Amino acid sequence: MRRFLRPGHDPVRERLKRDLFQFNKTVEHGFPHQPSALGYSPFLRLMAIGTRSGAIKLYGAPGVEFMGLHEENNTVMQIHFIPDQCQLVTLLDDNSLHLWSLKQHGGTSELREEHRFTLKGPPGSPPSATQVTAVLPHSSQEVLYLGTESGNIFVVELPSLAVLEDRTITPVAVLQRIPEDNCNRRSCEMVEALREHPKNPDQILIGYSRGLIVLWDLQNNKATHHFLGSQQLENLYWQRDGSKFISCHYDGSYTQWPVSSDNRQSEPLENTVPYGPFPCKAISKIYWQTTKNGLPYIIFQGGMPRASYGDRHSISVIHGSQQTAFDFTSRVIDFFIIFSSDPAAEFDDPSALVVLAEEELVVIDLKSSGWPAVHPPYLASLHCSAITCSHHVSNIPLKLWERIISAGSKQNIHYSSMPWPIDGGTNIAPDPPQRDLLLTGHEDGTVRFWDASGVCLHLLYKLSTVRVFLTDADPNDNMNTLGEDEWPPLRKVGTFDPYSDDPRLGIQKIYLCKYSGYLAVAGTAGQVLVMELNDEDAEHVVDHAEADLLQDQEGYRWKGHEKLKTRDGPVQFEAGFQPFVLVQCQPPAVVTSLALHSEWKLVAFGTSHGFGLFDHQQKQLVFVKCTLHPSDQLALEGPLSRVKSLKKSLRQSFRRIRRSRVSSRKRRGGGGNASEVQEANAKFDQDVLQEMELAPVQRKIEARSAEDSFTGFVRTLYFADTFLRDSSRHCPSLWAGTNGGTVYAFCLRVPPAERRMDEPVRAEQAKEIQLMHRAPVVGILVLDGRSTPLPEPLEVAHDLSKSPDMQGSHQLLVVSEEQFKVFTLPKVSSKLKLKLTALEGCRVRKVTVANFGSCKTDDYSENDLAVLTNLGDIQIISLPFLKLQIRYPCIRKEDVSGIASCVFTKYGQGFYLISPSEFERFSLSTKWLVEPRCIVDVPEVTSNNHVHKSGSENAARKS
Amino acid sequence: QFGAEFRRFSLDRYKPGKFEDFYKLILHIHHIANLEVMIGYADVHGDLLPINNDDNFFKAVSSAHPLLRVFIQRQDEVDYSNFGTNTLSRKKKALVTLRNDNLRRRPHINISMPHDFRPVSSIIDVDILPETHRRVRLYRHGCEKPLGFYIRDGTSVRVTPHGLEKVPGIFISRMVPGGLAESTGLLAVNDEVLEVNGIEVAGKTLDQVTDMMIANSHNLIITVKPANQRNNIIRSSRMSGSSGQSTDSTASHHSLPTTHVLQNFHPDEMESDEEADIVIEGGLEPQHIPKLHSLTSSSLSRINGSSLSHRLQRDLVLNNSSGRESNGNIHKLLSSLKTDPRHSLVIPRGGIEEDGTVITL
Repeated sequence: MRRFLRPGHDPVRERLKRDLFQFNKTVEHGFPHQPSALGYSPFLRLMAIGTRSGAIKLYGAPGVEFMGLHEENNTVMQIHFIPDQCQLVTLLDDNSLHLWSLKQHGGTSELREEHRFTLKGPPGSPPSATQVTAVLPHSSQEVLYLGTESGNIFVVELPSLAVLEDRTITPVAVLQRIPEDNCNRRSCEMVEALREHPKNPDQILIGYSRGLIVLWDLQNNKATHHFLGSQQLENLYWQRDGSKFISCHYDGSYTQWPVSSDNRQSEPLENTVPYGPFPCKAISKIYWQTTKNGLPYIIFQGGMPRASYGDRHSISVIHGSQQTAFDFTSRVIDFFIIFSSDPAAEFDDPSALVVLAEEELVVIDLKSSGWPAVHPPYLASLHCSAITCSHHVSNIPLKLWERIISAGSKQNIHYSSMPWPIDGGTNIAPDPPQRDLLLTGHEDGTVRFWDASGVCLHLLYKLSTVRVFLTDADPNDNMNTLGEDEWPPLRKVGTFDPYSDDPRLGIQKIYLCKYSGYLAVAGTAGQVLVMELNDEDAEHVVDHAEADLLQDQEGYRWKGHEKLKTRDGPVQFEAGFQPFVLVQCQPPAVVTSLALHSEWKLVAFGTSHGFGLFDHQQKQLVFVKCTLHPSDQLALEGPLSRVKSLKKSLRQSFRRIRRSRVSSRKRRGGGGNASEVQEANAKFDQDVLQEMELAPVQRKIEARSAEDSFTGFVRTLYFADTFLRDSSRHCPSLWAGTNGGTVYAFCLRVPPAERRMDEPVRAEQAKEIQLMHRAPVVGILVLDGRSTPLPEPLEVAHDLSKSPDMQGSHQLLVVSEEQFKVFTLPKVSSKLKLKLTALEGCRVRKVTVANFGSCKTDDYSENDLAVLTNLGDIQIISLPFLKLQIRYPCIRKEDVSGIASCVFTKYGQGFYLISPSEFERFSLSTKWLVEPRCIVDVPEVTSNNHVHKSGSENAARKS
Repeated sequence: QFGAEFRRFSLDRYKPGKFEDFYKLILHIHHIANLEVMIGYADVHGDLLPINNDDNFFKAVSSAHPLLRVFIQRQDEVDYSNFGTNTLSRKKKALVTLRNDNLRRRPHINISMPHDFRPVSSIIDVDILPETHRRVRLYRHGCEKPLGFYIRDGTSVRVTPHGLEKVPGIFISRMVPGGLAESTGLLAVNDEVLEVNGIEVAGKTLDQVTDMMIANSHNLIITVKPANQRNNIIRSSRMSGSSGQSTDSTASHHSLPTTHVLQNFHPDEMESDEEADIVIEGGLEPQHIPKLHSLTSSSLSRINGSSLSHRLQRDLVLNNSSGRESNGNIHKLLSSLKTDPRHSLVIPRGGIEEDGTVITL
């Protein structure tokens, strides 16, 4: 408020701000959290996924994505596309139906909710009467059939979603034509499946839960055939020619039924329990796909032997003598088969099996031998091992990009070469302006390289650091190797594997130099690896050094985890990033900050104990600096002691509860006089209440002091070539900021290139700045004479940046969680500052320099700070005058992991996790916007289709 | 004779004359010429200040709007520590220890700030705040004590155009014994926190307010609505001139107009008393830090002292005639003062009611 009342509100600047900044959440990358339903339109070649939070996402060709959200935020139970239309119907768990359509608007298609509808029974009827269990969109596109728990089948008109009462198929009507001896009213309870006859749209197959299956004639409103299954029915599937259908059952069996015009009550052709003879689990869905060679594909979900494999999430494919049970690491939500959608084709000819599991999407190529998996271009399971950190690198040089892709392609040899089979819609988004990499570090010690240039976040390459260390698990132990006669023929598919062998392997910090291909990766047990990109497989020894960060401090005991054991001797590395140096911090605490200078060949790392500088050219430790305050016991003992104290406090609180219960019982038992007891109880209750009220959430107000815990925790490290000692000579320097508000500056002497190997790198502490407000230092930056941030190492050498201005005086920007401060250099004196916490009560969580270009003119761009606060707000702050430009609410403040996961790019975009498996992408820039732009056209086939449909209809009528 | 007795008389505002004359006039009017009395007056902040020389007499007269409330007490009954500290506002900014000298015999008393004392807290902006509110400034670096208090969530009742409304609020939940907050006696458990350094806390979460307080901890200014409204400063003289008008402690609580904040609390204003960061040039080893630390606090207090002196001179008048207390005494004094917040409410001896001492002449 006050800010806006201040004078100096410049209209020119306001206009410029509008040309520079704009906040948009553009696209969600990764795999939807808690998927609950799957749908597919062979006509549009689009797939739809519904989630438990009411989101619905449509995917087609790479780049073709749509998202919708049900207002109710209820679980999406079923998704059905209307045949040959750009429409779909969703059923939520509140029994509401929603009609969505894809409509073109302003050159792109948009997904919109058109209608909603909840089936209502007659007054007084139980809710089950209208609880929808099965949905059948009829091929006429005019009606929906809704099977319910009561056995009634309601008919709803499209697109108005109005009930056509006179066309309701009631159990009474169904039972009229069925002999009463083996059927009663109860047989028609709960509709389990509704299937339209593939050739004759006037016939629908109704499957009731108790096993009764009826073929219903819509023209004459009567049951023409009935089939009596002995087992509880799970699902139905028509064969392509409509002469047979298949039913699957609760006991793990499936049955084939013939449909002949003469026989009104058929006996099953075949009844099979594929994983018998022991009791099996239900087969919940089944496909029967015909092929030219006559051998059908029978594909079903479940049916595993209950006792030994009942816990598996499997989908089995049987084709002649080939049989495989694909074994998923998470629950199977649903699946579908992509087969020939041409109605004139004689056979199904299935090409791919698409399975939506709870944590990933798996597509199996059914055309290639061995049924290999297809590498999905989107819906990547980001969380196949939990994400522990992320790092974004903008504008990757083409050479490095190609080398990473080539390294990645060598890892993907076991994938099918089949083009992505779900290819509906057209991506009309312009090509991404540059190549961007998003690197995610994972709990299992891997780093994944994602192509983050466009809408599809696509895995390029996966790096594992595990090989360097000796872990309990043998990396050669392959879970997938199964003997020949293994039964059932399980085969593990998918990449989701949340179990980490050793939490110490977790990646905490990543730094990639895009010019040199040097990569530094640091982890949970104080390990720092420096790697180099190598296009060939290689076997070499990783040089190993230890950095004792406690040095001269004595009497400290680390109670945390041990350091990782390293492998002796040479290690085999595949093509890609290969480690050549390992530095292990002692004590092996989590590495909290990391910086790499590829030009000087130096890597700096910090933990809660101190920081160190390592020369990776000479493979020598340059220096270490302990930042620990002598009284900081917590940091010294490691994380375990804190766990213990938490346990202790939990135990104490439980004890307190128990004690209060015991004493209350005692009181109750002891008293003779009833009223007395009551009184005592009341008093006691009051006491308890009071006690509860006495302990509200409260926060201690205390100034930070040097003695606080974790003041030595190194939060940020920064290399700069600047004026540290005097204003005439600049030199390389290393800056470190701690949790206690201290900034250390070291003057470095790096030998010139020709003597780089001969002379040691020297470092000398030049400055120490203690911020009086003692807030954690989260960012350090040096601005050159033009007030521009210093370029990245090698950026100038590659002619990608102007060389910094070394004439004018440099400035130092220190960002703490609470304020931004600019100091002069070389003499450090405060020049200006912006207080954040003191005024707004929010704290800086992430800060990055970002370049913003104007959307109006190409020649204007400026550097600003992009800041994320602990309240989830994003603020843009100008450089070098530290004026707040704009503020957007971005992440809910309760979403702590979302805020912690946020990364900014160099061009004003950012990513944060909205669930363990999804990144939300946002943009602060008017110029750099990556969002899906796509069109879904109604294919030409429609008319042909209708001709064919009506043709077959005629044919059916004739017969 | 020193009960509630009122006299009203006029004085030439622009030529008040000498203190000696005024003193005689007082004695004459009240027919107490044979007694030795102590004369005091209520300044604009409601503080009771002594009149014992020409300078402060002149000040007193010039600050009278429109009336000057003069308090007269028998010399031997005067509780000297009342002045500028306890009486009306419970102000304890400076550890005032007035020597029990006969003040009247020293007409020209040196009024200055004792350099041995550091301010630890003060009530400020009394003139612009509603009477139900209190703005307290805590000087963290004035003493070695921890700030020492806790805050919590709660609900408070506000008067709105639509009637009473329950709104979330932030309250002081606990005082750390021996902490700065407790020792000042200006803050108490269940006081509602309304502002932190000029920023309203309404709509902010407990964590946000915590962060704001900690970020401002070196110079924390909290505006509270005290749970106990009986100790509020009464500024009746500004309102009507009738004596002893008490404020209704249950009076509706109007949210502070933001203009007040703007006028008085431009954040930049406070920058001046904030200390600079410490910069050490050259290769210093970490063990120097403790030394550095002490250096800081003393240099800081110096900065604080000088920049605050104008305010201090306005706010408090200290009699520093004879000798300065040693540091040890300060602590003793502090600990004796911190005991009970009500201590400061002690009614002057003689059974005079608090309102009764207000004599409008």
